[in-house]
Amino acid sequence: MSDAQAWLALLGLGAFHGINPGMGWLFAVALGLQEQRRVAVLRALLPIALGHALSIAVVLLVIGVLKDALPDAWVRWPVGLGLTGFGLYKLVRCRHPRWVGMRVNWLDLTWWSFLMATAHGAGLMLAPVLLGWRDGAAVDHASMPEHMHHAGHHAQHAVDAAGGHAGHAQHLAELGASTPLLGLLATALHTLGYLLVMGLVAVVVYEKVGLAILRKAWFNLDVLWAAALVITGVVTLAL
Amino acid sequence: MAARFRPDPTFYPSPTMAMQAPPEQLAYVVLLDPTGAKRPDAMGVVDVDPASKSFAQLVGQLDMPNIGDELHHFGWNACSACLCPYAPHPHVERRYLVVPGINSSRIYILDTQPDPKRPQIVRTIEPDELFRKTGYASPHTTHCGPEGIYVSALGAPDGGGPGGIFMLDHETFDIRGRWEIDRGPQVLHYDFWWHLGHDTLISSEWGTPNMVRNGLVPELLLGGKYGNSLHVWDLRRRKHLERLELGPEYQMVLELRPAHNPTRPWGFASVVVSLKDLSASIWLWFLEGGKWQIKKVIEIPAEPADPALLPPLLKGFGAVPPLITDINLSLDDKTLYVSCWGTGEFIQYDVSDPHNPKKTGSVHLGGIVRQTAHPNQPDVKLGGGPQMVEISRDGRRVYFTSRCTPRGTSNSTPAASTAGWSSSTCRRTARA
Repeated sequence: MSDAQAWLALLGLGAFHGINPGMGWLFAVALGLQEQRRVAVLRALLPIALGHALSIAVVLLVIGVLKDALPDAWVRWPVGLGLTGFGLYKLVRCRHPRWVGMRVNWLDLTWWSFLMATAHGAGLMLAPVLLGWRDGAAVDHASMPEHMHHAGHHAQHAVDAAGGHAGHAQHLAELGASTPLLGLLATALHTLGYLLVMGLVAVVVYEKVGLAILRKAWFNLDVLWAAALVITGVVTLAL
Repeated sequence: MAARFRPDPTFYPSPTMAMQAPPEQLAYVVLLDPTGAKRPDAMGVVDVDPASKSFAQLVGQLDMPNIGDELHHFGWNACSACLCPYAPHPHVERRYLVVPGINSSRIYILDTQPDPKRPQIVRTIEPDELFRKTGYASPHTTHCGPEGIYVSALGAPDGGGPGGIFMLDHETFDIRGRWEIDRGPQVLHYDFWWHLGHDTLISSEWGTPNMVRNGLVPELLLGGKYGNSLHVWDLRRRKHLERLELGPEYQMVLELRPAHNPTRPWGFASVVVSLKDLSASIWLWFLEGGKWQIKKVIEIPAEPADPALLPPLLKGFGAVPPLITDINLSLDDKTLYVSCWGTGEFIQYDVSDPHNPKKTGSVHLGGIVRQTAHPNQPDVKLGGGPQMVEISRDGRRVYFTSRCTPRGTSNSTPAASTAGWSSSTCRRTARA
């Protein structure tokens, strides 16, 4: 996986998490409605993003450390199977965390968001991106000749040859050296996408659209979410 | 439980949206055997669609498998609380009725699908299980909450106190145990409801199962032993915060109706009777300056009557007490309806300013002494009186039940008139 692909995947998954009403924007809107001012919506966004980032970071750091310490298959198989299993479980049994409480300070919000992201396996969903990013760098760097026959890599190699900058950017993964560090970078990118989309949806719903949208447009994201977990699990296994 | 792809259409993000909902077509109402010994209670289904040929008729009936349950205030498995912003799960179906029996401590779960006119029992929670897992008995009011179904209970399996709240899982209907972590001085229990926007739960007081099972006990009533307080709880930490005492003469603080708009921290509580003058009253609780307060906003006086027409307990007073048995607040928080079962009067108040309610309408039906006839049968004197009240979502129709032959008529107790009422409009739906 090239840097550009990884960035896109991380930002995209961030957007996917950000658009889920259960992941933050709805809470931010509700706090705004309760206090009847927009500043309450905005004030909620950063703590929610922080909690989300912490949950993601923990998962990616653990996977990153394991990745550097253990043989490839020892990490990929448990992570892939775990993701697939967790996704299948969520398809069958869509439980949700039991939080009760609207009178929240920033610490509560951060903790709430951490719990939600963790319970929904938000960090796990990013595992294949991290593993792919890492492997992509390693492959491009160390074993390019062996893969020369492969069309994708062939094209990539052509790009590398054409422009030195492109080549450097693509190898961001190896500059950071360790996978945990890459995991932190991934967390930051993901959280950026998440925060932007969550904030945008929250403000637009609060200011313009109104809550009626919930009745029409709120698809059962639990199903989609569970499906995403299964897909990322399978992708991890097939990497 | 099957999950939906879109949110259940009967969930509303705000009370205003709920008021724009299509009119209700069916209503569910409990049918009680007044003796509690001859035949089972039943769940009745009433057609409330004016365009239907069977309008205002019983179109379905499900008999319970046991005798003597005394079914009470039942409710739906899910409601707009599923939209709660901090734990949303709006794709569950609002289709199961949770029906508690106050006398048997049995809880039935009824499925209203596929044919809403023919509900079926899909699960029964037996009293033993309730006793073992919660230490409570006599369950009587259910509310679907953000993270489960809350059910209130009058007391302990031995018939004493304390009464309280326990929780059911809203997907499996398994008992999850007691709700309270710290109940403070609270012992008596009746109704409860909440201000979700303020993480506050309010509960009221009636009596323990021993104090109400066979009707009210005159000595206890005259001694002021029934409940006279509201309790304020931290909904999030499940902790008692404070007791708001109305005064020793106010007996039986029962129904609680908080404002539906979550930014309005106030609500109404009804008091059945005052020992001083047999009047009934409505109290307003409200948050002001960070402190919960309570004050009497409506007093309904007793009606003088010929002692010869009165049951023994009331002869000495020479008056009929209004005996408020239920109240209900419209979804726009502007109109309050009050059932005076004793005097057979149903009263409407404009509560746009909740601190200063204004009486705007009154209908007489039944009553201990008046026995006002129904307009459809002007020659038939009616016993009983307006009892449980339900308001349609749009606020244009009001339904109420009566109880014509209450158990223990001798002391004309509201304890005997505990018919549960709910409809396809579920009066507990509205919150943003």
